[in-house]
Amino acid sequence: MRCFIGIDLGSTTTKAVVMDENLQILGRGITNSRSNYDTAAAVSKQEALIDTRLTLFRRALSNVPEVSGKVDDILSDLERNFRHVQFLEQLEDLQNTCIANIKGPRFAGREKVVIEALEGTFSRLRDSSAAQYAPGVKRKSDFFRDLAGAEFMSHGEAVCKEAGLGFDLILNVYDKSIIEVENRPPAGDMEGKFVRALEKGTMTGSSILAPVQSALAIPLEETYVVGTGYGRVRLPFPKEHIRSEILCHGLGAHMMYPDTRTVLDIGGQDTKGIQVDPVGIVENFQMNDRCAAGCGRYLGYIADEMNMGLHELGPLAMKSNKQVRINSTCTVFAGAELRDRLALGEKREDILAGLHRAIILRAMSILSRAGGVKDQFTFTGGVAKNEAAVRELRKLIKENYGDVTINIDPDSIYTGALGGATFAVRAVVN
Amino acid sequence: MSKPEAVKEPSMEMQKAMIARNYDAITSKHETGRKVSSTFVPGNLNELLMCFDIVNNLPEINAIQAGMRKASGGYIMEAEKSGHSEDVCTYVKADIGQMSKGNIAPNGKPYPNPDVLMLSYTGCYTFMKWFELLREEYKCPTLMLHVPYEGDGHSTKNMRDYIVKQLKEVVIPGLEQVSGVKFDIDRLRQYLRNSAKAEDNLVWCLEQGKVKPSPIDAYFGGVYYIGPIFTAFRGTEDAVSYYEMLRKEVQGRIENHQGPLTPEGTYFNDQKYRLIVEGPPNWTNFREFWKMFYDEGAIVVASSYTKVGGLYDQGFRHDPDNPLESLADYCLGCYTNLNLPTRVDLLAKYVEEYEADGLLINSIKSCNSFSAGQLMIMKEVERRTGRPGAFIETDLVDPRYFSAANVKNRLESYFQMIEQKRRGGGSKTVAA
Repeated sequence: MRCFIGIDLGSTTTKAVVMDENLQILGRGITNSRSNYDTAAAVSKQEALIDTRLTLFRRALSNVPEVSGKVDDILSDLERNFRHVQFLEQLEDLQNTCIANIKGPRFAGREKVVIEALEGTFSRLRDSSAAQYAPGVKRKSDFFRDLAGAEFMSHGEAVCKEAGLGFDLILNVYDKSIIEVENRPPAGDMEGKFVRALEKGTMTGSSILAPVQSALAIPLEETYVVGTGYGRVRLPFPKEHIRSEILCHGLGAHMMYPDTRTVLDIGGQDTKGIQVDPVGIVENFQMNDRCAAGCGRYLGYIADEMNMGLHELGPLAMKSNKQVRINSTCTVFAGAELRDRLALGEKREDILAGLHRAIILRAMSILSRAGGVKDQFTFTGGVAKNEAAVRELRKLIKENYGDVTINIDPDSIYTGALGGATFAVRAVVN
Repeated sequence: MSKPEAVKEPSMEMQKAMIARNYDAITSKHETGRKVSSTFVPGNLNELLMCFDIVNNLPEINAIQAGMRKASGGYIMEAEKSGHSEDVCTYVKADIGQMSKGNIAPNGKPYPNPDVLMLSYTGCYTFMKWFELLREEYKCPTLMLHVPYEGDGHSTKNMRDYIVKQLKEVVIPGLEQVSGVKFDIDRLRQYLRNSAKAEDNLVWCLEQGKVKPSPIDAYFGGVYYIGPIFTAFRGTEDAVSYYEMLRKEVQGRIENHQGPLTPEGTYFNDQKYRLIVEGPPNWTNFREFWKMFYDEGAIVVASSYTKVGGLYDQGFRHDPDNPLESLADYCLGCYTNLNLPTRVDLLAKYVEEYEADGLLINSIKSCNSFSAGQLMIMKEVERRTGRPGAFIETDLVDPRYFSAANVKNRLESYFQMIEQKRRGGGSKTVAA
């Protein structure tokens, strides 16, 4: 089948969306951009194609009366097993890379024991991985680096202790190797992995196997790919396959909510206020200038300052009932204000609430420069997932523009890629 | 590795030689005994200064030259060291910083101290403060010609009389005193006759932006076209010859259906977007900035910056029959002396007359005079013409304020937005 793909190469994450020619979303994929846009584009695209397969399986299974009501379970089982197969494959790559990296004076005469320690560690990692992919387990991250890294630390330390070997020795090899593995374009043979996943699964009855295999046999033809985001120039596409993220976010927001007139996108590097017409064409836009004050990266910096995960910021800020006033959206100044407030004994949640408000105040300025907020208003980009930012935004939009409809899609992070995929369809179909 | 030299047309070579001669005239003051004035571009009185054999030095132009030669960054830092704030006009800081670094002209010789500061005030408040600083430095006379601001969009007889009175009572006697030359109005009339001839050809050239493909770029090319007329050459035979040559070059391109030459030496014929641009260019990254346009097929068909030293295309000409009055009219009608509604009228008119796709504003960070109100201008022009506007932000000669990725991102988005709007109904299927 013909597939139309949009890839949004953001500074923090790279997203891909696969569409069919009827503008139906078939799959979405995301990965960390890891400063290597080539790999990030390849990974996100592959992830979106995996998701596309799952969509095709769902369609195939929906015609099988025997599995009626069980499709969700079957698919989640299949996906889990697929991810596990994928994880093991990458783990093997990591093990081989680690062993290949054992060289130089540091390891002189100790190669054998270090290899044994690594083999022991990876063997435990393989064993424990099944638990990570067991039904009902919520994984902390979707990225291989995070999942493998955490396990490596605990198993590696134990193995080294038993062998009387310094953990630093294998940790050093791991650090070097994970970067190589992470930056390697993903291995292909997606179909083979699905077959292995099916075999691992508990639901391998022929009523499932046949439709899944027929869905697997459908060729996914990359008809047209459109790239957007700051890394877009890295994509090996001709110029007409590249669209600015402003247009992609405008069109993507329109695809999600056709009545959208104003779009706010807070991305990693910039904030954009965009006005779109009734058919999704961008009419006007304004961006932050000179510095990225108040952008997504600001939150990342604050999270680092507070020694917290980025996703923990919003929930903690929501616990605040007394907002601390933070005036600075300059990332470094805000860091200084934060330390100052902490020193004064203010609560972390109250400071965080103030920081979220500072970001949104900055976004409000960009929105007003772009011509204000019109009904309907759609908030896109990674920060749209942050509940504290959303709370402030709702409050300020209501104060300044009244009761406009505010749309926030759970998949808002894919808005740019969705717009890109739509452009891809248009380039061929229209 | 050095960058390849920009490809130059015969008129550019001629202009380069003219500018070099003027710098030689300025820096050889002590040998020739000629007096030197410093003055500003908008509303300058070049023909009048010539009547007193005074050589014209323009600090703004020196700052631009420094910007294009990548020297302004160092000068600005030097000025900041002496206490000038980050937000001050970077032309001023480039000039002040240059002074403390030996004040060397592009020909390698030091600038002499000016004998007179000729301040014709036409809307830029910074000019007054700038010359206050220079007066303090050089301890030379300052002649101020106060030009009333066209606050309600037009000038009156009173305003004109007020300027003529100042010319008669302050400026001309002052220049006589500085130079020791007696004022001869017939000499002024002859210079104004030359000005008008050059102005006719300049206007003709700028109006060819209406042709498709446009044989000129009225912004990046335009800054070269306006060079002689806005600086030390208006009124000279050189300027008359320059504009005759320029006209022939433009005519030649029209006959061959050619666009202007880019610095890469190719004719820019594949013009996809026709733009009107408001605001001065960025000089430190001039070629990089220009490339962002022609790489995407964007040609500027008219700009307000090419009117900054005189709105000749709106009918004004220097008039040898009414010499002082026409100098007064010239000063009053400078772009910097216009109020916001008049600027909106002019830009909206350009969008229509030049069949442009829209208005692009390059807002200058350190120029409060020019930049104030530009977002309002953009919105109003958009409203009137129905064509999209865009806003980018750079600086005059401070290399620290040119963010290439940000500017490029906005420009590309704008061009693609125009493209998308042209296709118009393309997304109707999406809405269904």
